[in-house]
Amino acid sequence: MTPPPTFLGMPPFPEAARSAVSNPQLRHNLRKATHTIRDKRAHVVGELSDWAELRAAGAAIKDRTLRRLDEYLVAAEAAVTAAGGTVHWAADAAEANRIVADLVRATGETEVVKVKSMVTQEIGLNEALAAEGIRAYETDLAELIVQLGDDLPSHILVPAIHRNRAEIREIFVREMAEWGVPAPPGLTDEPAALAEAARRHLRERFLSAKVAVSGANFLVAETGTLVVVESEGNGRMCLTLPETLISVVGIEKVVPTWADLEVFLQLLPRSSTGERMNPYTSTWTGVTPGDGPRDFHLVLLDNGRTDVLADTTGRQALRCIRCSACLNVCPVYERTGGHAYGSVYPGPIGAILVPQLRGVASGKVDPQTASLPYASSLCGACYEVCPVAIDIPEVLVHLREQVVEGGGHRAERAAMRAAEWVLDDAKRLRTVQRVAARSRRLLPRRAPGPGAAWSDSRALPEVPARSFRDWWVRERSAPPPQPPAASPQPPAASAQPPAEQNRIEEDDR
Amino acid sequence: MRVGLFITCVNDTLYPRTGQAVVRLLERLGCTVDFPTAQTCCGQMHWNTGYGKRIEPMVAGFADTFAGYDAVVTPSGSCGAMIRDNHPRAAARAADPGLSARVAAVVPKVYDLTEFIVDVLGVTDVGAYFPHRVVYHPTCHSRRLLGLGDRPTALLREVRGLELVDLPGEEECCGFGGTFAVKNPDVSTAMGADKVRHAAGTGAEVLCAADNSCLMHIGGLMDRQRTGMRVVHLAEILASTAG
Amino acid sequence: MSSREAILARVRRALADVPRDDDFPVARDYARAHVAEGVLELFVEHLRDYRAVVHEVAEDALPDAVAAAVGRRGARTVVTPAGLPAAWTAGLAEGVCLADGWEYGQLYEDSINNRPELVEAAGILTTHALDTADGVLTAAAVGIAETGTIVLDAGPGQGRRALTLVPDWHLCVMRAADVVASVPRALERLDPGRPLTWISGPSATSDIELNRVEGVHGPRTLEVLIVR
Ligand code: SF4
Repeated sequence: MTPPPTFLGMPPFPEAARSAVSNPQLRHNLRKATHTIRDKRAHVVGELSDWAELRAAGAAIKDRTLRRLDEYLVAAEAAVTAAGGTVHWAADAAEANRIVADLVRATGETEVVKVKSMVTQEIGLNEALAAEGIRAYETDLAELIVQLGDDLPSHILVPAIHRNRAEIREIFVREMAEWGVPAPPGLTDEPAALAEAARRHLRERFLSAKVAVSGANFLVAETGTLVVVESEGNGRMCLTLPETLISVVGIEKVVPTWADLEVFLQLLPRSSTGERMNPYTSTWTGVTPGDGPRDFHLVLLDNGRTDVLADTTGRQALRCIRCSACLNVCPVYERTGGHAYGSVYPGPIGAILVPQLRGVASGKVDPQTASLPYASSLCGACYEVCPVAIDIPEVLVHLREQVVEGGGHRAERAAMRAAEWVLDDAKRLRTVQRVAARSRRLLPRRAPGPGAAWSDSRALPEVPARSFRDWWVRERSAPPPQPPAASPQPPAASAQPPAEQNRIEEDDR
Repeated sequence: MRVGLFITCVNDTLYPRTGQAVVRLLERLGCTVDFPTAQTCCGQMHWNTGYGKRIEPMVAGFADTFAGYDAVVTPSGSCGAMIRDNHPRAAARAADPGLSARVAAVVPKVYDLTEFIVDVLGVTDVGAYFPHRVVYHPTCHSRRLLGLGDRPTALLREVRGLELVDLPGEEECCGFGGTFAVKNPDVSTAMGADKVRHAAGTGAEVLCAADNSCLMHIGGLMDRQRTGMRVVHLAEILASTAG
Repeated sequence: MSSREAILARVRRALADVPRDDDFPVARDYARAHVAEGVLELFVEHLRDYRAVVHEVAEDALPDAVAAAVGRRGARTVVTPAGLPAAWTAGLAEGVCLADGWEYGQLYEDSINNRPELVEAAGILTTHALDTADGVLTAAAVGIAETGTIVLDAGPGQGRRALTLVPDWHLCVMRAADVVASVPRALERLDPGRPLTWISGPSATSDIELNRVEGVHGPRTLEVLIVR
């Protein structure tokens, strides 16, 4: 068996993005899918006149929860236990995987069916189970496409968004026969035919499954109720038919009350698939005799979330309800796809969540992680659509500071210092402008060295003969005007102007 | 009304014509414009690249330089947004405990050029003449952070001779993004190329915006791709007259 | 220290900046509902929007409507949950109804899938029996107009969750009086202690090029009889 594909060893974002950007098929698939969903989202969000109030309430409920998270977790644990469930706590991925593997083994089974869940991808559960001789079958259509295609997910809602219908058909024809019902002869690339093939392929596995693993969209602290929002019915199959259900849930998924769902069940479907409501939502509280699994286990996972919580600016990322609206609207994601982000959480939310989960605040992260906060033009489209108002650009800038403080980017730091020296003082700025103006005929329109990153594709602007301030001083103000208020004390560095500046100032007179 | 012009370091150094246009335009509209020469930079590049802790002198310099004006006008959406959104944040963690109050005093007086003309002066017809087919690109910071809304197009619609055409996908970022353009040149260029393609598809001669940084990027691409289009800052269009 | 204690301690440390009696306010100034009138019409419109088949019928015409729907479908076996009003199936030929004995709140000794003898004793259909049925007829707890949603809460005539999942055709009787305008109004009426299934149209996926396609694992046809 070939080793499973992994995000480990991915190059930093700019490099990974380069090959994605130059792949026309990928660009086409992504463009088509993201533009379709943007329009749908805008339409159904526009139907609700109180979207802004719902969004503010969604953000506030999440903040309220996060600010007393310990209490809500304890309450949720008590409620789930009272309803007949068993609660486990996992500090990290390894512990969560261990707990799940042990639970599966205790049933005597060697196969589990899975509902799409970001958190089990985050912890690498399938690989961990495989190492224990337990095979995990993904049942969500897109996850199935990824699993059958020996591929990596590239989107949090539609992990196979990078594949078009023709590619999906090819994967089905090639791989479905390996287990389950093979693709029917003459399978076309009609989406309905592809969905039908998936239905037949998985049917028997669902009907005979004994153990299922899921995540959850919400965990209601007051009642111990779990909520799974889905489309296909594979979630219902997994949550209902097996005897044992194991749900792995990040600690940030808790919401205080049942009534709070009235906000999120309006925000989530409209933001994610652009529907008024997704086809199926299941809620369950512990076990119900005779209906659904008789054993229910909830695994509460930290895995870096408490580090995120400790960052007063970064903690807003824990509000995320994984709707994927920020990915769908992101112009960078649209052009690179998800793989370039090197993590199961791509796009804008990935760019703020992954570095935090990997410990950027503590200073040392690898270059790939350090490149993620820079994978954005800060255009703000993500913040605009985020249903829980996560100010993603604010967090990106905040994480850039942490990267800088962590000691990366030595050449850049020197350049920034030089720029500060110029920009902290108007006289020095004028001097530099004059040097540039004077040598402007010598400046090429393609830059050497690092500047080539700009000028390989874009002409450099021409440097004008005179800066604006030169024009103003000569044409508009003699004698030079005094600012109406006192200037601040110049910083100490200005006490030692370089020789260059004196020379030019003198020339000028 | 004493108007202080915050030209921004990029315009000052590379686009003096924009500044001259702003002065001409505001004076035509009856304002007294002053350019306090102590001004430098809003600190945006440092802030957005992760060096925000080092911009205290720039934030203080801005607040003090412009403290005495009735209004501070700037022809750059991203610098305007930087001052409005981030100078208070930078001041809040500055070593100088008095800085927050000085910043809070100046920030409400800072206007984007189009806000100042439409909201403060109450004018949409600025008496301009510009006989060209034009698309307007709402830059991200103009649109999302400053919320300029339809002010720029309201001004453009009144310009004599100007034919304003819709830019498909106008809400999409052009891909400049400050240091993003050099840290992620491939994605930046891909985004800009789409912007240029959309603009060229309209048959317009000119793409205008309220921010020269984005125009530098878009114009640089147009130049390389020989589209025959050019970029012009909105202020230069509004300052043009028949004479 | 257990992981439970370790995680809770880490949470508390992370929240060092937050006062212990923090009471972060949540403004509930969003709408309880977006429509006041025409709720039923909106419900029908939104059901149809997501390709549910909808008929409106009078109470006394319901048995005929059920029989007609079963006839149109050509269904020879239809699963019926415990507590379904007998009158609803009065128009069906003998042997069409496959009754499931499960009732909410009853104690069961073991899982229904695992112990055939218990399953049989309780009159509970096996999963494979459900899979061979042509359809399922149920009542519903609540309808939501703004979203075109039907909520089942395992109450009388609705049965356990598998009944409306495995058969490929779901015929659902929704009383007009149980249709509310909005999600908030629906949640007010629902008991979180019961297993709930919210259904909005037939099973579908957006996984192929982000377009909605009907028909994956759940019932591929959802037919709703609205009783005025
Ligand atoms: S960050 Fe916001 S928009 Fe992005 S996935 Fe999370 S909730 Fe959705």
